[in-house]
Amino acid sequence: MNIVLVLREKSKKIDNDLSQRLSVALALLLLCTFFSVANEYFFELNNFITIAIQTAITAITAYGMTFVIISRAVDLSIGSILAFSTVTVAMLLNAGVPLLIAILIVIVAGALFGSMNGVFVSKMGLPPFIATLGAQMAIRGLTMVITDARPIYITGNDSFRLIFQGKIFQQEWLPLPVVYLIALALISSFILRKTVIGRQIFAVGSNEEAARLSGIKTAKIRIFAYLYSGLMASIAGVVLTARVNSGQPTIGVAYEASAIAAAVIGGASMSGGHGSIGGTILGAFIMTTLMNGLNLMNVSQNWQMFATGLVVIFSVYLDMVRRNR
Amino acid sequence: MNLNRTGIESILSMKNISKKFPGVQALDDVSLDVKSGAVHALIGENGAGKSTLMKILTGIYTADTGTIVYQGDVIHPKNPREMADRGVSIIHQEFNLIPHLTVAENIFITREPRKFRNTIIDDKRLIEETKKLLRHLDISLDPKAKLAKLSVAEKQMVEITKALAVNSEILVLDEPTSALAEKEVQKLFEIIRDLKNRGVAIIYISHRLEEFEAIVDEVTTLRDGRYVSTSRWSDTSIPQLVRNMVGRSLDNQFPERNHDVGEIVFEARNIRRGRQVNDISLKVRKGEVVGLAGLMGAGRSEFARAVFGADRMESGTLYLDGREFVTRSPSDAIHNGITYLPEDRKLDGLFLDLEVQQNIMYATYSDNAVMGVVDDKRCRKKVDRVIRDLQVKTPTVKQLVGNLSGGNQQKVLIGRWLLKDLKVFIFDEPTRGIDVGAKFEVYNLINRLAEQGAAIIMISSEMPEILGLSDRIYVLCEGRLMGEMDAREATQEKILRLASGLTERIPA
Repeated sequence: MNIVLVLREKSKKIDNDLSQRLSVALALLLLCTFFSVANEYFFELNNFITIAIQTAITAITAYGMTFVIISRAVDLSIGSILAFSTVTVAMLLNAGVPLLIAILIVIVAGALFGSMNGVFVSKMGLPPFIATLGAQMAIRGLTMVITDARPIYITGNDSFRLIFQGKIFQQEWLPLPVVYLIALALISSFILRKTVIGRQIFAVGSNEEAARLSGIKTAKIRIFAYLYSGLMASIAGVVLTARVNSGQPTIGVAYEASAIAAAVIGGASMSGGHGSIGGTILGAFIMTTLMNGLNLMNVSQNWQMFATGLVVIFSVYLDMVRRNR
Repeated sequence: MNLNRTGIESILSMKNISKKFPGVQALDDVSLDVKSGAVHALIGENGAGKSTLMKILTGIYTADTGTIVYQGDVIHPKNPREMADRGVSIIHQEFNLIPHLTVAENIFITREPRKFRNTIIDDKRLIEETKKLLRHLDISLDPKAKLAKLSVAEKQMVEITKALAVNSEILVLDEPTSALAEKEVQKLFEIIRDLKNRGVAIIYISHRLEEFEAIVDEVTTLRDGRYVSTSRWSDTSIPQLVRNMVGRSLDNQFPERNHDVGEIVFEARNIRRGRQVNDISLKVRKGEVVGLAGLMGAGRSEFARAVFGADRMESGTLYLDGREFVTRSPSDAIHNGITYLPEDRKLDGLFLDLEVQQNIMYATYSDNAVMGVVDDKRCRKKVDRVIRDLQVKTPTVKQLVGNLSGGNQQKVLIGRWLLKDLKVFIFDEPTRGIDVGAKFEVYNLINRLAEQGAAIIMISSEMPEILGLSDRIYVLCEGRLMGEMDAREATQEKILRLASGLTERIPA
């Protein structure tokens, strides 16, 4: 309780976002220290690279989620969009479609799903929670239908695996998933901070009516935020497909929870108007470090899921306390 | 023997009540004496202190000084619940009812008859008791009807029934007839007369002086937070009351302006939207400040929002420089050169948790961007200019707007639109909630805009502001245009008469 009070006091006085970022970095450091002491294998370069690779998927989906959360909404459909991407990219490759075209088709589909969410919310006025929960089930259902609920193994396209397994730079020390993590972070951050549409996402999330009366086309902004979320989910889907070298119709369940937790831990506010990609990356690292550490300590998958749930609840609670609403 | 019990009839006596809010003396030595079985009207302009006085009575605010004697005892109301338990009920203009519950459920909310050891609501008894109450008050309503399906008048009946279900001694009615049709008003008066006969004291807040004849026994007038007079209805007259309400001289609080008025820039013809905007037409010329006067609920903001595209216009046409145009959304209106600065800046105007610089730039980011990427250097220059120009008091451009004072918040909002090349500005209560010094600066800004050739529509409930700033004044009452006058010929009496819907001429 004391910690909460101190955090609240702090956030009032010092620059909000900076103190937020620092306390998250501190939390990550503490987490790493704890696992380093608890497990001998944790504090190793290889393990850190593993964590970074594992973080890529969570972080990429969380970038999109950050856009949506800043606009004061939520996207529960990203896990299903991700699963849809993995099976469609696998099917397209198996059908002999060239790699780049297959990827392009898949991410366009993801963006389309996303913008449909946006239309449901902004044009039809559905609550974001309901609209995207419906989309989550519908897209998952569609994924099951086209695969008959069975995994699709990629045959005859060996270069595809390199999307995940490739490395760059001298001695090939930098794995490609980490490159995606960084590149997409730079792009997302640029859009949010430097472009007109990015700035307007903050406006819509902070006060939608004021945004509308300022001449901002709020529906357009909402659709864009959802489109971006769908786009990120499908890119994450392609990367994940390359990792398992197959399309998995059941993959991605509850990914939205990790993405929300990453964004919120990183300072995005469920009441809109706040959030940053830098914070979200830290949040995503906290999520995967936790999973990785628990894994090394032989904590079962089921307990890990339990822990994720608690982290989601606690992070959103901290957000509420922070915003003092 | 209770020595406080001086007059047998007086059920409530509020004596020498004063209340100060930061920067405003809301009530200054105000007294009110209410008798059982009588209707006591409380009148005054917007901001005269009527609501503050009632909020003190019902325990929402605490008076700084003064005493309240109720049923012979000195009381210190602490919260609305306590006063409701003592039999003081208030019915606000905005009803406190739950739309998806039934009439019976609303009337008995939190006090529903229970069964099975107080665990389950006894629906049968709930309906029975409601029927009894409604019959008692001679109100014909279906206890099972959903609130949302009722008319405004019927909802008001539900509110009254709800208040009386707890044995009210005093019933405060705040502008009860403002949303009612003539027939419904008559029904309400019947009920009020019936309550009078039962000995209920009624405090009746209303601007519609012409309706007082039917029910009012006594009238107390407030002005600028001060007590003016109390008289029996039979001993006073409407002109006298109007004079009491507005009897205030205009001091020199308005800066001078060069009244150089040009061609008609903007015209709205036959604008309609629901019952709140009923066939309103007006014109504004280049360099002209047009005042929109009226009482609360006259439909001024609704008219402005419809014209601006914030709400859908049902019918009507708009002209800019003689050419017809349409506004489907605020961004359409802004594109055409019209803006609207809303009455509630915190709710509809500002982004309180975002920085000053973003707040200033939000309407013009796209004008200061290359291929969708914001040119931050250019923006920063403009923000700095606005802050210097309007003397916005803020430590840095990164300060959150929510931390600024009301006056500085209003400057930020105005500053946002100075960056856009606009022809028409609609200000809605531009000085509400800001201190005197900042008011003067806002007046200066409005004048400057007019001198630079903008056409300005200013909605205000403050008479001196309307009279001191406008070139021409339109008066609205209940969604209708009541009249138009040159500001030089306008007087507070004339405006108030039109705004109250009074038709007979008041002798000077």
